[in-house]
Amino acid sequence: MSRYVPPVIRAEGLLKTYRDVVAVDGIDFEVPAGESFGLLGPNGAGKSTTMRMIGGTLTRSGGVLEVMGLDPETHGPEVRAHLGVVPQEGNLDEELRVRDNIIIYGRYFGLPRSYLRPKAQELLEFAQLTDKADSKVMELSGGMKRRLTIARALVNQPRILLLDEPTTGLDPQARHILWDRLFRLKEQGVTLIVTTHFMDEAEQLCDRLIVVDHGRIMAEGSPASLIREYSTREVLEMRFGADRNAVVVDAIRDIGERHELLPDRVLLYADNGEAALDEVTRRGLRPHTSLVRRSSLEDVFLRLTGRSLIE
Amino acid sequence: MSDATDPTRLAYSGGVGSPLELAARARSFGWLRYAEHYVLTMRAFRWPLALQSFGTPLLYLVAMGVGLGALVDRGAGTVQGVSYLTFVAPALMVSTVMMGAATETTYPVMSGFKWQRLYYGASATPVSPGQIAVGHLLGACVRFVIQAVVFWALIMAFGASHSPWSVLTIPIAVLGALAFGAPLQAYAGTLRDEGTAFNFVNRFIVMPMTLFAGTFFPLTSMPVYLRWIGWVSPMWHATQLARRASFGMPEPWWLTVVHVLFLVVLAVAGVTLARRVYTRRLGE
Repeated sequence: MSRYVPPVIRAEGLLKTYRDVVAVDGIDFEVPAGESFGLLGPNGAGKSTTMRMIGGTLTRSGGVLEVMGLDPETHGPEVRAHLGVVPQEGNLDEELRVRDNIIIYGRYFGLPRSYLRPKAQELLEFAQLTDKADSKVMELSGGMKRRLTIARALVNQPRILLLDEPTTGLDPQARHILWDRLFRLKEQGVTLIVTTHFMDEAEQLCDRLIVVDHGRIMAEGSPASLIREYSTREVLEMRFGADRNAVVVDAIRDIGERHELLPDRVLLYADNGEAALDEVTRRGLRPHTSLVRRSSLEDVFLRLTGRSLIE
Repeated sequence: MSDATDPTRLAYSGGVGSPLELAARARSFGWLRYAEHYVLTMRAFRWPLALQSFGTPLLYLVAMGVGLGALVDRGAGTVQGVSYLTFVAPALMVSTVMMGAATETTYPVMSGFKWQRLYYGASATPVSPGQIAVGHLLGACVRFVIQAVVFWALIMAFGASHSPWSVLTIPIAVLGALAFGAPLQAYAGTLRDEGTAFNFVNRFIVMPMTLFAGTFFPLTSMPVYLRWIGWVSPMWHATQLARRASFGMPEPWWLTVVHVLFLVVLAVAGVTLARRVYTRRLGE
């Protein structure tokens, strides 16, 4: 029994060009309510551009875009009232206290102080920043600032949260704290739109994602289905030494389903990595190091574009 | 279960109007919201600001009005029929408030676009870029008003004006600050570098304007070929208006109208331009 629920975001042939550069090249996607949707791609793929068009702070060059059924260009304030935005580059007021940053942001939405004072407290708890409530923002670490930016973005109780590279520049521990907070939001039915160039982040956070490169969608699906479709179950990584990798490739070409030659290593895609390694050694080839691992979105990206995500 | 993990609370705890309601509020009052932020930020600098608001007029009035004034009065008798202190006080007030405008509409604009990117935070909310531009200027206006009120009070305390009309020097000084600040804000919004151009503004616009636009002596004491500096500068127009209010400086009525029009046109043009610059830059 499926009832038609209109998507919270719908893009059709979405286009953005700057003079002679095509940043977003006619992409289509739909995001249903409550989904955690990812845009995975390298820097410059057009992810942030897409995010800004969703918020209506950037005009599009063509195509259709609807957020909650509204065009962000003609109904900017209405669309943004639905959204929480966590930009890639910080724009907190460093000279104000942590709490005041949330309150003043809430004022932009026309919310009364009587609502904002308890709300700020609640959001500080959520962001695990209660101890820092009265500190100035400039005293916070990078991870804390990012959590504050997320807390701030929730002040208007948005149905949709836009997160542009939420954990870039954070250390592993700070990333995990942040992911945990985002999971909680997802559990509460907030639609998350996440851009990232970290495959592990995409795997952790996204129900479904589009892989974008040069402004185009290369593939679409859940992380697991993308891996199933574009990669093998396992990957054998071998290092033979920088100058020998290329030579060795010719000798193992027929093992497994496909291979990738990277500057520092050879990747062999096979459903059984150990068996592939046995075959390699049986042929008298001795890699300096070898590793069998599960396929990841990194492999999907490599397959689709011939490049790795982080260059 | 704590509040923060209660799934019914964080996302929709109520108390917020519908998004359409929030958007409608922003469409009407978004500019006020940015001004509010601006004033809150200024509060962090309230002591330096207070010290400056009292200190600057005090120093100026004592040095120029009383010190230099004694000398001038002994030599020239009176300037435009009044003591030098009476003559110079409203001009000092106007120039001080306008110098405040040169500060508030330069570096904070660079900070909004570049250093702290505060404008980008605001533009991700229902508040529009044009409203941010107006809100910034309005927030700065709060400082202009405070400076003008304090200066006026000190002028009265020094006995540099006896007319009840002198209270009009307060809106005049603020109008002068807007006429200078708004175009400057629009210009600052177009700058991408680290603000070296602001030194230029201070040295080659604010300084000459203060020295050659009839602040310390009547423009008529200058050779004719230099008087244009006064005619084109908002400071001269505001200063003349302030003198009319403060001690009834004689002036044909049409010239008074020209002063007001000049300042209003400059302020309105500046705001219009700033709105456009902000909209373009925040939307690129």
